[in-house]
Amino acid sequence: MKILVCVSKVPDTTTKIAFKDNNTKLNEDGVQWILNPTDEWYALVRALELKEKLGGTVSVINVGLPDTDSIIRKALAIGADDAVRINADPVDSYFVGAQIAEYAKDKGFDIIFTGKETISYNGFMIGGVVAESLDLPFVSLAIGLEMEGNTATIKREIEGGKEVVKVNTPFVVSANKGLAEARIPNMRGIMAAKTKPLAVVQPAQVAQFTTIKTYEPPKQKQSVKLVKADNVQELVDLLHNEAKMI
Amino acid sequence: MSVLVFTESAQGRFKKSAREAAYYASKIAKQLGKETIAVALGTLDAAELASIGKSGVAKVLHVNDARFDKFDSGAFTKAIAQAAQKTGAEVVVLSFNNNGKALGPRLSTRLKAGLVSGVIALPETGSDFTVKKSVFSGKGFANYTIATPVKILSLNPNSIQVEQVEQAAAVEPFAVEMSDKDFAVQVVGFEKESAGVPLPEAEVVVSGGRGLKGPENWGMVEEMAKLLGAATACSRAVSDVHWRPHHEHVGQTGLTVRPNLYIAIGISGAIQHLAGVNGSKCIVVINNDPEAPFFKYADYGIVGDAFDVVPKLNEAFKTYFANNH
Repeated sequence: MKILVCVSKVPDTTTKIAFKDNNTKLNEDGVQWILNPTDEWYALVRALELKEKLGGTVSVINVGLPDTDSIIRKALAIGADDAVRINADPVDSYFVGAQIAEYAKDKGFDIIFTGKETISYNGFMIGGVVAESLDLPFVSLAIGLEMEGNTATIKREIEGGKEVVKVNTPFVVSANKGLAEARIPNMRGIMAAKTKPLAVVQPAQVAQFTTIKTYEPPKQKQSVKLVKADNVQELVDLLHNEAKMI
Repeated sequence: MSVLVFTESAQGRFKKSAREAAYYASKIAKQLGKETIAVALGTLDAAELASIGKSGVAKVLHVNDARFDKFDSGAFTKAIAQAAQKTGAEVVVLSFNNNGKALGPRLSTRLKAGLVSGVIALPETGSDFTVKKSVFSGKGFANYTIATPVKILSLNPNSIQVEQVEQAAAVEPFAVEMSDKDFAVQVVGFEKESAGVPLPEAEVVVSGGRGLKGPENWGMVEEMAKLLGAATACSRAVSDVHWRPHHEHVGQTGLTVRPNLYIAIGISGAIQHLAGVNGSKCIVVINNDPEAPFFKYADYGIVGDAFDVVPKLNEAFKTYFANNH
């Protein structure tokens, strides 16, 4: 089984987000960068479990600049065999997905994993762009994946339930919570990661479709209106008369 | 030239999110002076098809092919792309629901059309085409400009209130060129969850955290949800210890929701949880810790023991609905 896992660099979940230059750029001062959670916790770990069971290799790929290497090393520490970084600023999701597809097109991967979304731009886009670029089936939001021969049985989340699908390799799948349990890299993994191959590849010619013109911070809330615990009727009245929610 | 909307259906009925997407598309069409056309895939009867007119759609192209009764992102993309080409669509609108999240990027790639996924407002269509979405899982917003001639927008559920019009859509059969091998993903089963409201589409959400002490105490949360026609949700801590299923986890690494009303019970309001819910129009927090950070982001709050407050509140809701409905 030859598996590729797409990973992104995102601000840590505890980061307070702020913008600068007239709200045209993210203020990166003091931002801690991490591997995107669904890429790391679910996509990468399920890929490693498949490799441990069925043999093969797990490679990770990232589209980013040299400052992403430390993040990629973490994926190697968790257990990926090798890594590729497409040396380009990830300007929008189509650009990133199309770069990954260009790299993967002649490498013969059986499964390409992505996380369901990044926690930075929340696009849910990379898997779909890679799949369509390579004319492959795509199953999104997977919460279970079992292989039998070259057929995968995948459980995916849809509104109101779970759908079970079958698909043959090669295919693209995006990982949702529940697909695997997160792993913490151990000391041996961290040491081994230092010498695992991390290839840097020059980007292909790919279009950029969208640009962020401006950012906006979330609206400030008015201060909370407190209701006494022994007078819950007041809350019902406020929700009806003032908030008009019921 | 048109604004095309993909109106998704399940079991022969348009989804609520499809009606929202259709209405949103009709608003854009009005802005641009274009016609709104819907495309519907799979088995739907004439009355249901015509009913999408109420959301402002003049015409619906119907691909009457039972293979589309089950979802395959590749096949659906091919069919919608053909409808976009036939109608000369300048803007294509989808729902940002579970299937729409898979369709959007495929369609963007196929049509070489820029996609902004999860938009929450109408675009500005003056000198450039700019549209707003939430980013950093609710910690901010971004206004995206799309540079390509064709634009694709997927609409976040519950972002627009549909104002119905008395109009039936004209139904036009639409033949697409498909082969069986376009349907590469085979749906073999479906496990239905409880009959309640699906969380991503819910207008009201009742959510519980660690303060509820154990899964056996969720009865009062479910009761409140039932009274309010709400979906139930939970914090990450709760789904991580399997008190509640993963699909109920809202927050930065779970689901981002934007209901009208979000009621948080026994949730302290860590920054990661707030990120997933702060697009809610009205937030109610019930917590016994007056210092819980969630109170800073709430519209209404009750400082008190959930095991005392929630049953009393449920009784009050019961009386309210008995007298008002």
